[in-house]
Amino acid sequence: MTRPGDAAGGLVEPSRERAQRPLPVLDAHGAIDHAAGAAAFTADEARTGWHDGALWFVREKRDRAAAMVPEWEALRELASSIKTHTLSRLDEYLVEFERAATARGIVVHWARDAGEHNRIVHGILAARGARRLVKSKSMLTEECGLNVYLAARGVEVIDTDLGERIVQLRGEPPSHIVMPAIHLKKEEIGATFHALLGTPAGLADPDALTAAARVHLRERFLSADAALTGVNFGIAETGGIVVCTNEGNADLGTALAPVHIASMGIEKLIPRARDLGVFLRLLARSATGQASTVYASHMHAPRPGQALHVVLVDNGRSQQLGRADFWGSLKCIRCAACLNTCPVYRRSGGYSYGATVSGPIGSVLTPGLDLHKYAALLFASTLCGSCTAVCPVKVDLDAQLYKWRQQVTAAGYVPASKAWLMRRLGTVLADRELVQLAGTVARTALRLLPARIARRLAGAWGRTRALPEAPTGSFRDWYRTHRPPR
Amino acid sequence: MRVALFVPCFVDQLAPAAAIAALEVLERLGLEVEVPDGAPCCGQPPANAGFATAGEPALRAFVETFATGRHVVVLSGSCALHVRAHAGALGADGRRVAERTMEFCAFLHDVVGLERVAALNVALEARVALHIGCHALRGLGLATPTERMLPAHNVVRSLLETVRGLSFATLDRADECCGFGGSFSVGEEAVSTRMGRDRWRDVREAGASALISTDVSCLMHLRGIDRGDRGDGGAMPVWHVAEVLAGRAALVASTPAEVAARDVSRATDSPGGA
Repeated sequence: MTRPGDAAGGLVEPSRERAQRPLPVLDAHGAIDHAAGAAAFTADEARTGWHDGALWFVREKRDRAAAMVPEWEALRELASSIKTHTLSRLDEYLVEFERAATARGIVVHWARDAGEHNRIVHGILAARGARRLVKSKSMLTEECGLNVYLAARGVEVIDTDLGERIVQLRGEPPSHIVMPAIHLKKEEIGATFHALLGTPAGLADPDALTAAARVHLRERFLSADAALTGVNFGIAETGGIVVCTNEGNADLGTALAPVHIASMGIEKLIPRARDLGVFLRLLARSATGQASTVYASHMHAPRPGQALHVVLVDNGRSQQLGRADFWGSLKCIRCAACLNTCPVYRRSGGYSYGATVSGPIGSVLTPGLDLHKYAALLFASTLCGSCTAVCPVKVDLDAQLYKWRQQVTAAGYVPASKAWLMRRLGTVLADRELVQLAGTVARTALRLLPARIARRLAGAWGRTRALPEAPTGSFRDWYRTHRPPR
Repeated sequence: MRVALFVPCFVDQLAPAAAIAALEVLERLGLEVEVPDGAPCCGQPPANAGFATAGEPALRAFVETFATGRHVVVLSGSCALHVRAHAGALGADGRRVAERTMEFCAFLHDVVGLERVAALNVALEARVALHIGCHALRGLGLATPTERMLPAHNVVRSLLETVRGLSFATLDRADECCGFGGSFSVGEEAVSTRMGRDRWRDVREAGASALISTDVSCLMHLRGIDRGDRGDGGAMPVWHVAEVLAGRAALVASTPAEVAARDVSRATDSPGGA
């Protein structure tokens, strides 16, 4: 159920209606309250440990796979350079891609935003009277809210990636961009399949459930009028696209249906076919610890009798490209290694972020759309930097989080009390006498107050932490006595 | 050699024992140490919370205090990284200070050298877990992070390997963040606490009898969690690297009776070596 490097996602929230779920938690102004969502998630201690462990297992698999490639760090640097170069002249490469693709009989469409993307896709389907669409997992269509849009127009959309199908059956969005159902245990999936696919009650064996899904999906594949896939890489030089999957669902869907629509974020381009190897070597290893995805499907022309459409989607990407501090986030190839390694993501789950793309990369992509709504995501990090160190294309995620934080506070999207406190703190920290005064007050309080009272006064710090043992004086006090100026 | 030691605000006020230990170590290594009476802070706390402008006066004060030509040794990986990453934006003096600013362990390893550190001749019978702060680890490169496929090195462990009797517990997750993260520790209290508890479980399961860190901030969080969960009797001793190298690790124990050893008024004056 893994699906590395799904097509671009993250820049615009889906309009998709979600089932009643506790996460994400929104504040009174409709902004994401990540801390509250994370508190709700961690309240189930055993489940939090299980979720953390499942993702850490993937992170360790990634470590072992990366360690087998002696030139791993050089590959990262090369991939980063290729993406940086491509983004520096994205306009030219997009036009080159369109020219080459058109020459091969591929129909290229340009979508400014999610709405335009959805209209184009629906237009292609409507022109052929297509009512049944099989979809290979694409975070871009999640981002655009395509499923809801098409359902409202009488088109049945079936997600064919196993994990994606599981969450679709449950009325949930993916909680992870590569492993959409990573938040679910096999027993929960068994219950869903029992209710909706008629598997025996209590059946939770992964192989048996997969077999049931296979039968269920096979019917849909055979009766589909059209197939839609994401795109992992678009090659400007050749006009072809490459889709990476583990389940072969993209191939089956596109091989059977008379029309293939590929939705592609404009940042998915690479200049030449020979650049592809750099990314294929990094993608699966970073995503799941596999040496390569089971399938890397190259589509360079419609097969005889079939139509092949590529929809190039901007949806906020040009704007992100124009941001001096954040354009580097567009290098992302959606491997999700930053999610798997993030100590906060592992312990708060994808839904706490309330964005199509969660985890560190989502936290730098999403605020550009609505800074107020997603302000809290920037603070869902200790700035530990593991995301940056694991990223196969060297997105400086922690540095971007730091810079976004400066922008979000400048825009006034943090509680007034916190802003006031931080400004006073800034004044105190520049003045040794004030620091000494504050320290004296703190040490005195720690010595004199009963621990319980002191902890209550310390607010959120003291709820789960004992306060420090109070020294009798500061280092500076000691230093003046023991190292008097000569 | 002359060095300036910077004792960060919270270490100065709440963990003086670590600062005294650092001063002693540097003096015993024959360095001429000064702890200038200027800037009390580098400005990192508000900056990491998104208020870099509020933290800028502190960073400016830091640059002014340490502008003259000498090594600036910082007793915190996180503060050292803040200065190195951001002081340069304050002009020529800032760039000069940023270049000369080093975290305590990095300074001992890179400038003083392991041979001289070994000559401190410290002994400590303990099996310890090592927690290198994330900024010291990934920001300053004190060790190879587990994400990177680079030749293994670990400055902090190399320093501690000079201590006789010390052995190292192998953690399941060698460099998982402890969950402190400055304002994260209060803003995201639930995840922060969970991360701290998970770190402790790893440390205990690895069979460690004490925890050593490069950063007092991580230790304040971790020790707060541990004492909160287990009380003073059940909590594990935690030490800054400097306390171990100063031979003070045995003194700074976790029981209330021994906390008196932290009492700065009783701290023995040990004049500089060499």
